[in-house]
Amino acid sequence: MYFSPEPVRNLKLSHKIVSKQQLSENVFVADIEAPLIAKARKPGQFVIVCTRGNYSERIPLTIAGADASKGTIRLIWQRVGKSTAEMSDMKVGDEIDNIAGPLGKPTHIEKFGTVVCIGGGIGAAPLLPIAEGMKKAGNKLISILGARTKELLILQEEFAAISDEIIIVTDDGSVGKKALVTEPLKEICQRSPKPELAVAIGPAIMMKFCCQTTAPLNVPTVVSLNTIMIDGTGMCGGCRVEVDSKPMFVCVDGPEFDGHKVNFDLMMKRMTAYRDLEQESLKKYKDHACKIGL
Amino acid sequence: MNESEKLLQEMLEKQKNGGLKPADRYAIPSQDMPAQDPGVRKGNISEVATGYSSLQARLEAMRCLQCKTAPCMEGCPVKIRIRDFVTAIAQGDDVKALAVIKENSLLPAVCGRVCPQEVQCQETCTVGKKFKDVEKSVSIGRLERYVADLDQESNSIPQVAAPTGKKVAVIGSGPGGIVVATDLRRMGHDVTVFEAFHKPGGVMVYGIPEFRLPKAIVQREIDVLTKMGVKIVCNFVVGRTRTVGELMNEDGFDAVYIGVGAGLPNFMNIAGESLIGVYSANEYLTRANLMNAYKFGKGSDTPIAQSKRVAVVGGGNVAMDAARTALRLGAEKVFIVYRRSEKEMPARVEELHHAKEEGVEFCLLQNPKRVIGDENSRVQAIEILKYELGEPDASGRRKPVVIPGSEFILPVDTVIIAIGNGANPLIGQTTPGLALNKWGNIVVDESCKTSLDGVYAGGDIVLGAATVILAMGQGRIAAAAINDYLKTKK
Ligand SMILES: Cc1cc2nc3c(=O)[nH]c(=O)nc-3n(C[C@H](O)[C@H](O)[C@H](O)COP(=O)(O)OP(=O)(O)OC[C@H]3O[C@@H](n4cnc5c(N)ncnc54)[C@H](O)[C@@H]3O)c2cc1C
Ligand code: SF4
Ligand code: FES
Repeated sequence: MYFSPEPVRNLKLSHKIVSKQQLSENVFVADIEAPLIAKARKPGQFVIVCTRGNYSERIPLTIAGADASKGTIRLIWQRVGKSTAEMSDMKVGDEIDNIAGPLGKPTHIEKFGTVVCIGGGIGAAPLLPIAEGMKKAGNKLISILGARTKELLILQEEFAAISDEIIIVTDDGSVGKKALVTEPLKEICQRSPKPELAVAIGPAIMMKFCCQTTAPLNVPTVVSLNTIMIDGTGMCGGCRVEVDSKPMFVCVDGPEFDGHKVNFDLMMKRMTAYRDLEQESLKKYKDHACKIGL
Repeated sequence: MNESEKLLQEMLEKQKNGGLKPADRYAIPSQDMPAQDPGVRKGNISEVATGYSSLQARLEAMRCLQCKTAPCMEGCPVKIRIRDFVTAIAQGDDVKALAVIKENSLLPAVCGRVCPQEVQCQETCTVGKKFKDVEKSVSIGRLERYVADLDQESNSIPQVAAPTGKKVAVIGSGPGGIVVATDLRRMGHDVTVFEAFHKPGGVMVYGIPEFRLPKAIVQREIDVLTKMGVKIVCNFVVGRTRTVGELMNEDGFDAVYIGVGAGLPNFMNIAGESLIGVYSANEYLTRANLMNAYKFGKGSDTPIAQSKRVAVVGGGNVAMDAARTALRLGAEKVFIVYRRSEKEMPARVEELHHAKEEGVEFCLLQNPKRVIGDENSRVQAIEILKYELGEPDASGRRKPVVIPGSEFILPVDTVIIAIGNGANPLIGQTTPGLALNKWGNIVVDESCKTSLDGVYAGGDIVLGAATVILAMGQGRIAAAAINDYLKTKK
């Protein structure tokens, strides 16, 4: 389709939103046309979205699923900054200017034995294709999904459908057990035989505590990092984190790393680098949206 | 009539009556490049050097001795017939001048602005030799820019030959890629350019700032490409979206040119390099240029550090660009920290000069030892070690050696590392059989062919971080070789 022989002007891969839903107050899911990415992507990979050409940030979003035959990828995002707010306001049929990918190294999937997958909040989205992959590879799959409260819990059914065991926890007990994900995680890692692998995706603080839980119990733990990015191809180093005291680029060396070696404290601080400016952008956008009656 | 006008009149008279003698030519003062006032330009992003007037261009061109041997041409990586184009300007035939340049160079408006002329054509120029000062050489670059800019409105599109039915993929839209695409399209091939970023142009749009190379100039070159029927696909990361193998075996491309640039920033591997406020020059400049952080809050959402005191480590063009960008983003003090002395700085002299005029401070023979952060992991200062020039080494260069105990603390809130780029490994990792050297650069033969049939490469990914003109030069060679290859291919 883009390889048509007739001369065409600046070819743009179109990224039409073909379906969109709101999963919770601030979480949205959309299937978006991106045929080449849909075909090439593997679990664990992400895309860079840039909503408005030259003037937007470029934000990484992990691919939550894809349908190669329809040529669509599924993105799930939380409305936090300006770009995600813009995406949240888009409707079916609207087009996203720029999506590049799939980026990052795919998850290493093989038959390990028992794999425990821990998804915190929106982290359940990137975790789903990995969990599916692990299950397909013949692993026994235990899933732990956690959220602050019932409304913020996503993809429960999808995980239930593929898991051999599923545990739901919320901070306020509005659904599942009132606990943090680390509580069931610890219990599972103390079982015998213990799981061969843990995969934790969620807020940095959650991944940090998951790793603190699994390290003393010697359960190898993979985490997927979602740092600030620009190019996503290893060109800028803006995404760098310290792993085993060495600088690593999340976009090309990751996004998945051995969680026991990641310097989470530094990473969390780096992620706040532009917080004030991002809020400023978001506020402007909201003010503007109010004025034009969105 | 002012001085210059009078001088020109006088020279024109002489030109008519039997021509200018060398003594006449030497007597013409070398023409300064008009530029925005340093105090003013620090506060804007518009181009610093505003370009010769036609009067200046003519006078400057008259300084050329029209040497038989044209040593300037030897200094030019793409062998522009410099003497002939300069002579044409001296005779008032700017149109011919442009045509002469275009025989060999496709991007004169770019090269006139960014080529390191003082180590190329102007280094070998006889006039400079006569005055024993390369700054007194004929200002070939400025003249090139002058004629190229006259052409801005003309919109001439190169002729495209009848379709050959052959498809070529060009990976990367930097100067090398643009040249390959233009040449191959001219020959009638079906050319698609794949670019990872959301905007084509390579380093010319994400690296080199607006105040040195206006983006409109690059955009014009891109527009010419599309008007010629070259397809440009952005947001397409070769190696991820599709691999080189897939392009050739599944998507029907008969040949591929890899011009992906250097694209892997070097860090110093010192303590504190991951603190908030430490940037690679690539990140800093990309935020500022490609993503318009200049306009944060005024249309752009790209945040960048709101710096007061900035240290830039390095001495090349990239370091100068980062330093001067920081000034324009509002920094009060900007320091260039460089390990060697000014003489060794690889930056273009003009950039060095402009940076000094704008108030950038130079910390020479100094190198950071570590970056120091506050309790929030934000940069607070750098600790710097001083060096002195030691005994000359085997190559005759005096190597900087550390002065023990010379450490001092320089308070800064932002550190930009501009110490060069390595080869981005993505293409190498995803293209089995593609030979790389030990630094990860793609190995090519003299026709820019790689170890794989039908796969050619050039520019920074082959040469290591180099220059626009060298990337262009390789692009030309590769395009000719690809054309030959396609003829033999059924
Ligand atoms: C800040 C700065 C200032 C400079 N100043 C000067 C100067 O004054 N004079 C001078 O002569 N030179 C200068 N240079 C160097 C010059 O810009 C480069 O040598 C030149 O641009 C190299 O050209 P190239 O064709 O190799 O590609 P590049 O310009 O490097 O472009 C490569 C393109 O390929 C894209 N790409 C990378 N990977 C992929 C992929 N996998 N798939 C698709 N696309 C990909 C990149 O996004 C990029 O757009 C400067 C460089 C920098 C960074
Ligand atoms: S070397 Fe200098 S003086 Fe001689 S032809 Fe070239 S530009 Fe003119
Ligand atoms: S996002 Fe630029 S190197 Fe990772």
